[in-house]
Amino acid sequence: MTKSDRTHKSGLADETELLQPGEAGEEVNGAEEVERKHPLVGATDRLVTADRHDRVLFDYSPAPESRSIVHLQPSYGLFIDGEFAEPVDGHAYKTENPATEEVLAEIAAAGARDVDRAVEVAGRAQQTVWGPMSGAERAKYLFRVARIIQERSRELAVLESLDNGKPIRESRDVDVPLAAAHFFYYAGWADKLEYAGFGPHPAPIGVAGQVIPWNFPLMMAAWKLAPALAAGNTCVLKPATTTPLTALLLAEIIQQAELPPGVVNVLTGAGSVAGAALVAHPGVGKVAFTGSTEVGKDLLLSLAGTGKHLTMELGGKAANIVFEDAPLDQAIEGIVNGIFFNQGEVCCAGSRLLVQESIADTVVERLKNRLATLRMGDPLDKNTDLGAINNAAQLEKIRSLVEEGEAEGAVRWSPSCTLPEHGYWFPPTVFTGVSQAHRIAQEEIFGPVLSVITFRTPEEAVAKANNTVYGLSAGVWTEKGSRILWMAGRLHAGVVWANSFNRFDPASPFGGYRESGFGREGGRQGLAAYLDV
Amino acid sequence: MDSEAMTTVPSDSGTTGGIAVEQSNHPLASTTGMGAIVGAGSSSGGAMLAELGRSEANLRRFLHGLPGVDQVGADARAASLASRSIKTSAKLWALEMAVRMVDLTTLEGADTPGKVLSLCAKARRPDPLDATVPPVAAVCIYPDLVPVAKRALAGSSVKVASVATAFPSGRASLAVKLADVRDAVEAGADEVDMVIDRGAFLSGRYGLVLEEVQAVKKACGPAHLKVILETGELVTYDNVRRASYLAMVGGADFIKTSTGKISPAATMPVALVMLEAVRDFARLTGALVGVKVAGGIRNAKDAIRYLVIVNETAGEAWLDPSLFRFGASSLLNDLLMQRSKQLSGAYAGTEDFSIE
Repeated sequence: MTKSDRTHKSGLADETELLQPGEAGEEVNGAEEVERKHPLVGATDRLVTADRHDRVLFDYSPAPESRSIVHLQPSYGLFIDGEFAEPVDGHAYKTENPATEEVLAEIAAAGARDVDRAVEVAGRAQQTVWGPMSGAERAKYLFRVARIIQERSRELAVLESLDNGKPIRESRDVDVPLAAAHFFYYAGWADKLEYAGFGPHPAPIGVAGQVIPWNFPLMMAAWKLAPALAAGNTCVLKPATTTPLTALLLAEIIQQAELPPGVVNVLTGAGSVAGAALVAHPGVGKVAFTGSTEVGKDLLLSLAGTGKHLTMELGGKAANIVFEDAPLDQAIEGIVNGIFFNQGEVCCAGSRLLVQESIADTVVERLKNRLATLRMGDPLDKNTDLGAINNAAQLEKIRSLVEEGEAEGAVRWSPSCTLPEHGYWFPPTVFTGVSQAHRIAQEEIFGPVLSVITFRTPEEAVAKANNTVYGLSAGVWTEKGSRILWMAGRLHAGVVWANSFNRFDPASPFGGYRESGFGREGGRQGLAAYLDV
Repeated sequence: MDSEAMTTVPSDSGTTGGIAVEQSNHPLASTTGMGAIVGAGSSSGGAMLAELGRSEANLRRFLHGLPGVDQVGADARAASLASRSIKTSAKLWALEMAVRMVDLTTLEGADTPGKVLSLCAKARRPDPLDATVPPVAAVCIYPDLVPVAKRALAGSSVKVASVATAFPSGRASLAVKLADVRDAVEAGADEVDMVIDRGAFLSGRYGLVLEEVQAVKKACGPAHLKVILETGELVTYDNVRRASYLAMVGGADFIKTSTGKISPAATMPVALVMLEAVRDFARLTGALVGVKVAGGIRNAKDAIRYLVIVNETAGEAWLDPSLFRFGASSLLNDLLMQRSKQLSGAYAGTEDFSIE
């Protein structure tokens, strides 16, 4: 959807500064003649490399995406009833760029009275406009939102990388296209709800209170809003405290798409204030939460007995299982993608590498070689693979768990890399010699930290993979199709990826077991959470 | 094991005509087998591979024991590398490196001495108006035109590469193929681009393919051997990986994607798989084998994408004309145009660059 070519234009600014002659390469080696012995032919092979000069590292020049497409306002209000408004109690806080600690904007922090007002207008909009509207009409609005997300994709991607710290390559190629895809997908369901398998007249629940995390701010907003709206509910969305900006831009897009006022409301602020008030509000019939297991448990306790519909997508400690007959080069990529995608700040991250003991050394060695090519730095640089950790508290949590891992005797390794002076950074890290009893094998780190554990047989792999309080995702790498099916049937995980990892599609249901939560998002199944069934 | 000895090709190379080795010598018989193939280089790696030629069954087990290639994953990795953004000084470096890696090619029935002379002039000095542009790596032509090219390129660094072995189909007897090679080498070819017998490969006669490569390598003498896999006919990435190993075991200095006569020719995932093969072969044996991508690479943007794949797959050592080449013709002018744009800030017209 968002092709890199389309974004190249913005690089013109840095192309004009270019090129002192000679900058491109210093003479390192003069003409030389290298003797190579070909071990299989036996003959000494004289390799003339007369043209071997200019030898420098192919060091990619900075290729920053331009910030100019984003028009940051100094301060943002709450989005209630189709308008941006100041919070009633006037409280505000600052959101920053985690890569630089630069303050990006002042954000309104909603209080209980703001929540009251948002839920009230949402209830009215649901009763008078959105609920009675035909599914086909609702679909038109959702298609329009999807199209505008595509049209403004570069703006959304840059803003996401600024506020979250994730590489522009990912916000551009994953977050934003998937956000649009979710709106497209659920727009298609809006007039077909009676065929979704939930009875002949599936009814919406009413007002949905939705609380989302900071790791995929826009994408999570889309995952929450699109099915809710398609089913005829109205929404009050509470973005994460540290990443409010793309949700507010999405609110602007919703204005632009001329959704009736009150159908979507966005309340920024603290989880403990705005989030807690929202989920507890009696006018909210459905609570959808994505976030930490800790908060999820508190939420469950507070909502017990209220009769509210509830879905939760919480933490994870996924096993990425590599068998000795795996397609090895692709498995290495899958391991990297599994744990270093989005700096490992992914609930379904493949944070435990379960590798068959017979190939463990090879896999670890190859993995280390591969990690040496990862590029860490400016999230807006189009060649950056690993960006900044989203916030100081998270960085602290990663640090303390990694220190714990070392203290417990696991062997810590990171490629040599220099971390920027400002901002929140953590190098890609691999722990070997990890046992199931270690904290780093059990607790969700939510950072670029991989624990390598070995196994001997498929049974042992399944046992170790399931030996966790979580059950969100798993990966299986083998060229043997029958084993993939055998494993998938035994792994206690909501998603099992075969010879791939971290692949998402709006048509595929996503969600967990046990302490990873309950309910599914995506697909036909994702509609169930927003219908009174 | 009941293994068919490979005696199909008369050869005094000493590696054919043997009988099956014992099971215990099989490189994959122990758990370290795969580790040896894909893991750290060992001094015994070369010796182990040399054993392979001794029996068809051994060879088959080895090739089929290589780690598989997942097509979806390989495609995704190549696409991800292709999305790198190469700008400013890195772009200029890559463009000049790509110029130096070009095998400027004409392989047409209509080729004449005049056409080849013009090609050679372009190869020596790609941009008549700018002496700072380096010469290309080689010209690549049919064998009968080698003497013409040799004279035209005398005193320059540009090599003469000749296709041979009944290019492009390779459908001729080994004797004819070897005569073709000798012809080219005696006429002064510095490099020989042979084709493998895809028919033999696809029918599982790996020994035949190996022995042809070995025989041609021998016939090449001092000339460098590039082995064309014609990946468009091998189709699967597993086949590409196996054929890459066959060629390398047979003594290839380079493995090359395509003749340019079959579509698809070079693709980025195929290049990725071949670069993984040369990387692993180097770890196993210490020998650095080059990769040449040929056919269908027409613009500088794609050439730079290939260089990114080289850089992040095989590594920096392969960013050198001695280990990576582009078989192309129209690519060169686009490289020159993009280079001049990088230097001047403005695009020149296509008419500003000479045609061959």
